[in-house]
Amino acid sequence: MKMVVAIIRPERFEAVEDALAEKGYIGMTVTEVKGRGEQKGIKLQYRGTTIDVDLLQKIKLEIVVDDNDVDRVIEIICKNARTGKYGDGRIFVIPVEKSVRVRTGEVITSDS
Amino acid sequence: MNSGDVAWILTSTALVMLMIPGVGLFYAGMVRKKNVVSMISLSIVSAILAGVIWVLYGYSLAFSGDVGGIIGDLGKSLLANVGLDGSDAIPEMLFMMFQMMFAGVTLAIITSAIAERIRFSAFVLFGVLWLTLVYIPFAHWLWGNGWLAGIGALDFAGGIVVHVSSGFGALALAFAVGKRYGYGEHPIEPHSIPLTLIGGSLLWFGWFGFNGGSALLADRIAVNAITVTFIASCFAGMTWMILSWMNGKPGSLGIITGVIAGLASITPAAGFVDVPGAIVIGILAGVICFMALEFRIKKGIDESLDAWAVHGVGGAMGSIAVGIFANPAISGYAGLLHGGFDLLLTQLLAVAVTAAYAFMVTFAIAKAVDYVVPLRVELEEEYVGLDISQHGEVGYA
Repeated sequence: MKMVVAIIRPERFEAVEDALAEKGYIGMTVTEVKGRGEQKGIKLQYRGTTIDVDLLQKIKLEIVVDDNDVDRVIEIICKNARTGKYGDGRIFVIPVEKSVRVRTGEVITSDS
Repeated sequence: MNSGDVAWILTSTALVMLMIPGVGLFYAGMVRKKNVVSMISLSIVSAILAGVIWVLYGYSLAFSGDVGGIIGDLGKSLLANVGLDGSDAIPEMLFMMFQMMFAGVTLAIITSAIAERIRFSAFVLFGVLWLTLVYIPFAHWLWGNGWLAGIGALDFAGGIVVHVSSGFGALALAFAVGKRYGYGEHPIEPHSIPLTLIGGSLLWFGWFGFNGGSALLADRIAVNAITVTFIASCFAGMTWMILSWMNGKPGSLGIITGVIAGLASITPAAGFVDVPGAIVIGILAGVICFMALEFRIKKGIDESLDAWAVHGVGGAMGSIAVGIFANPAISGYAGLLHGGFDLLLTQLLAVAVTAAYAFMVTFAIAKAVDYVVPLRVELEEEYVGLDISQHGEVGYA
């Protein structure tokens, strides 16, 4: 099992969510976060004053999937979150040791 | 001078003043949270611009003298000869203040069109020109013995002066400024429904002063105005609620929008129609403004917060309705249903001319401003939000 962590633009979230659901990836955890990437935030020039917007609003998605679904999920997220401009986000893939369903105590692993 | 009249118009002035931040809160809830400060500020600045211009020359050009039915003169600029005494029921100073609030709320309504993308400095310039070239002439034409008053057009509390002017102006401004980045491509959703409900409720409350105060006396016309104002708004809100329920769920945003549509529609008629007339106007407001809003969305026009569909169309519909439902038992004017035919024609002409004037002149002003100071912020500023890019502040930590 892997956890796919995607940091994306807030306005692209619904498109990503719908596309994932359409392919059967329903479960996810969503957090409103702030962050910055290579562009180091945004500098705005306003009437001779520079305003640094250091951290930009993003949405963080966390999705746990089987190993062989990882590439497919990444592809869906990239396709639907991309605008082609700086700030489209990043995706990280993290190994998941174990998953437990709280309601039943059932331990879920890749091959269960 | 009658202290009862003075007390009521003082109260009404304060009630209308409350509508200005009311518009700001109503709109602020409907934008994304990165633009909440901007949206409220635009309304507050509208009040400030109106206050300054009204004192310098606005009141005078609207209500002092008359040049060819088009505009007043500068005889009362800087409020010269605007007195505290006099033989009228209320002092002219109080009438001036009451009218000043109307100018402020009208400019606040038009900020609907530029939500989330206006350069603040461009709005200040736009506001000065718009009040001068659109609002003040309308106020003179209808209420300052200008040419529309001369041909017998009626506008009790601002169906034309306030709502048609700001609504059709907003439509023109929306075309001039263009759509928000990503409009129609990804969802742009209200960030705080409670804020919008609070703002809308303040508007509803303030409208008692807006329409009730427009009698300019504490008399039977004021009582009628307040009564029909509340009745029409309730029927409009009910109609909108039913329509949205039929299309899904009775969203609170729609219900309060229906109420505002009813208020805008009854405004020109509040001193002329009776209760049955108000009920019909309310129901029509719910249906017609709902349809206008759907039309606006279908056409992909980003008149962002619906000043056109609600205020423009509602104000126009209510102004025409005066020509149909005016009851001579209220103020002596007869609409179609009471045997009068000329009034309907006059109202139709007034609405057509003012809607066209408001649209064309606002568009021209917007283009002129855009030439001097670009109306829109840069794309990155729009993305970050106007709160930070225009004010250096954030609404929520």
